[in-house]
Amino acid sequence: MSNYDKALLKDKAFLQELMERMMIVRKFEQKVQWLFAQGFVYGTTHLGVGEEGANIGTTAALHPDDYMLATHRGHGAALGKGADVNLMMAEILARETGLNKGKGGSMHIADFDKGILGANGILGANGPIACGAAFTSKRKKLGRVCAAFFGDGASNEGAIHESMNLAAAWGLPVMFVLINNTYGMSTPLRKVVHDMDLTKRAIPYGIKSYECDGNDILETYTTCRDAREYCEKNGPVLIVEHTYRTSGHSKSDGNLYRSKEEIKEWEAKNPVKRFTDFLLENKLFTQEDIDAMDKKTTDIIEKAVEFAKSCPEPQFDAAQIQADVYAK
Amino acid sequence: MAMKEITYAEAVKEAMSEEMRRDENVFFMGEDIGVYCGAFGVSKGMVQEFGEDRVIDTPISETAFMGCGIGAAITGMRPIVELMFSDFMAVCYDQIINQAAKMHFMFGGKVNVPMVIRTASGGGTGAAAQHSQSLEQMYCHVPGLKVVVPSTPYDAKGLLKSAIRDNNTVVFLEQKKLYRTKGMVPEEDYTIPLGVADVKREGKDVSIITYGRMVQFSLEVAEKLAKEGIEVEVLDLRTLSPLDKDAIIATAKKTKRVVVVHEAVEFGGFGGEVVSTIADSDAFYYLDAPIKRVGALYCPIPFNPNLEKNVFPTPERIEAAVRETLA
Repeated sequence: MSNYDKALLKDKAFLQELMERMMIVRKFEQKVQWLFAQGFVYGTTHLGVGEEGANIGTTAALHPDDYMLATHRGHGAALGKGADVNLMMAEILARETGLNKGKGGSMHIADFDKGILGANGILGANGPIACGAAFTSKRKKLGRVCAAFFGDGASNEGAIHESMNLAAAWGLPVMFVLINNTYGMSTPLRKVVHDMDLTKRAIPYGIKSYECDGNDILETYTTCRDAREYCEKNGPVLIVEHTYRTSGHSKSDGNLYRSKEEIKEWEAKNPVKRFTDFLLENKLFTQEDIDAMDKKTTDIIEKAVEFAKSCPEPQFDAAQIQADVYAK
Repeated sequence: MAMKEITYAEAVKEAMSEEMRRDENVFFMGEDIGVYCGAFGVSKGMVQEFGEDRVIDTPISETAFMGCGIGAAITGMRPIVELMFSDFMAVCYDQIINQAAKMHFMFGGKVNVPMVIRTASGGGTGAAAQHSQSLEQMYCHVPGLKVVVPSTPYDAKGLLKSAIRDNNTVVFLEQKKLYRTKGMVPEEDYTIPLGVADVKREGKDVSIITYGRMVQFSLEVAEKLAKEGIEVEVLDLRTLSPLDKDAIIATAKKTKRVVVVHEAVEFGGFGGEVVSTIADSDAFYYLDAPIKRVGALYCPIPFNPNLEKNVFPTPERIEAAVRETLA
């Protein structure tokens, strides 16, 4: 833990909240992986085990009414922004009472009451939509920002570049949140860009850029909090958060592009473990405190699975499903 | 009812302006729509009336501003987004097809995308292959979009007002060749519901089912054949999605002979859906002749005026098809 606001250490309730939120995300992902292996999850999932610091550090810095658009690997960001863990699990298990009535699934979690404008299966598509949400905020003087998550892979999508330019030209409060999780599916960044310094993507658009260690929750939170404040007042920002996905890309991932040692190395410095060590070393919490948080969050996830499994699946009705296509 | 004569382009502008006066959440953005008034001069005077905050020139970034429209729509605004040429949809296909069309359904009905995509469609202007296409069938194939192709100033105004008030994304395909055509519209506020076809000319012998620029051609053919005692009914679909299937079936049953005409390429075109609508219904039993289709030939739109004219349906080709159904 390095570049963070030292004042945060005085707010133990907040530190606990950050830890518990990260634990929930991690356990949620691990549970979905387990459920998937057991055959309870249909389709595919894109898990972000290892990215808890980036997801929670960023979303904790957002205000409750801020907007947020997540990526296909969007569970962590959605949970961080306040999506109900039970309803989200129900959606992933394709239930009628899931957040999106079992019509979206893992890749399309949305909860508009929480400002979650949707996870997106198309890389880079978030950027333009975020501009629109930020446009509304600016036009109606709502004081909200819109965070658009995207990855190192999607950083090469034209949509991201077009939207950074648009947001800059119009002074829209968009936080472009670039989660550099080291691989775009299997492709390492170095193979697809000439310049590895992705903060430079902000330069041609005249956008302020920030960079942080995404596995360091306090640094990520501090960076995003500062970036959010700047963004609300001045317009778009780019935040590059470096992290690592220890889980596979999706169910098709055989980890052929990286070594077990590499995964182990990153697992050893995962955000939850690093924050645990930090809190213990600085005597902010005891091991018993951490164990209690661990138990509390395990229970939350177990209950979410129980809840989701108890929910009914949608009944097929040809007329109804076609009637659902259009808004009234 | 007091009426006035205006052009198709003015009808579009009046619809936008009246809706912007009525609802402050409605705003308009696109490439060069402000002082330039758009490539076809549609938005003349709008930036002066509404200011640059509501009539917004965008960067030449179709993906960015289409997505921006969506983001604004899902957070409470009602954007009208002008895509200068409908051919440019290919540049921002993802935002229209994967985002706008799907959000309402995919997110469990919890959000609406009330946006109108206004775009100039069709040929006959010498703009060649990348600025002359009629791509409406590509939108019709994607559940979640509504697709409107108006053929007169009256329809353009009434349908656009409905489109702006609709809670879904409506692709509004204006016909370049019709922008300067004139027609009568009521002085007062009116709307035309989406999804309702209109009989532009009554007839009993043959039905031409058409939309857009081809309505005019079809009416010319009907006029000519009337002199020989052949009474052609011209049904203008106006909205392709949702489709007024009842009107299609009714006219087929009435005249028992059908010609389907559109400017879009015939192969894989919307005409196939119209024919299927008849073939799938009991109207099939009423038919006295095979249904004929007249659309553009299977090639990109060529530049040379003579080539261009003959690639598109001509009144002569439409007339020949009508006569074939009567043979």
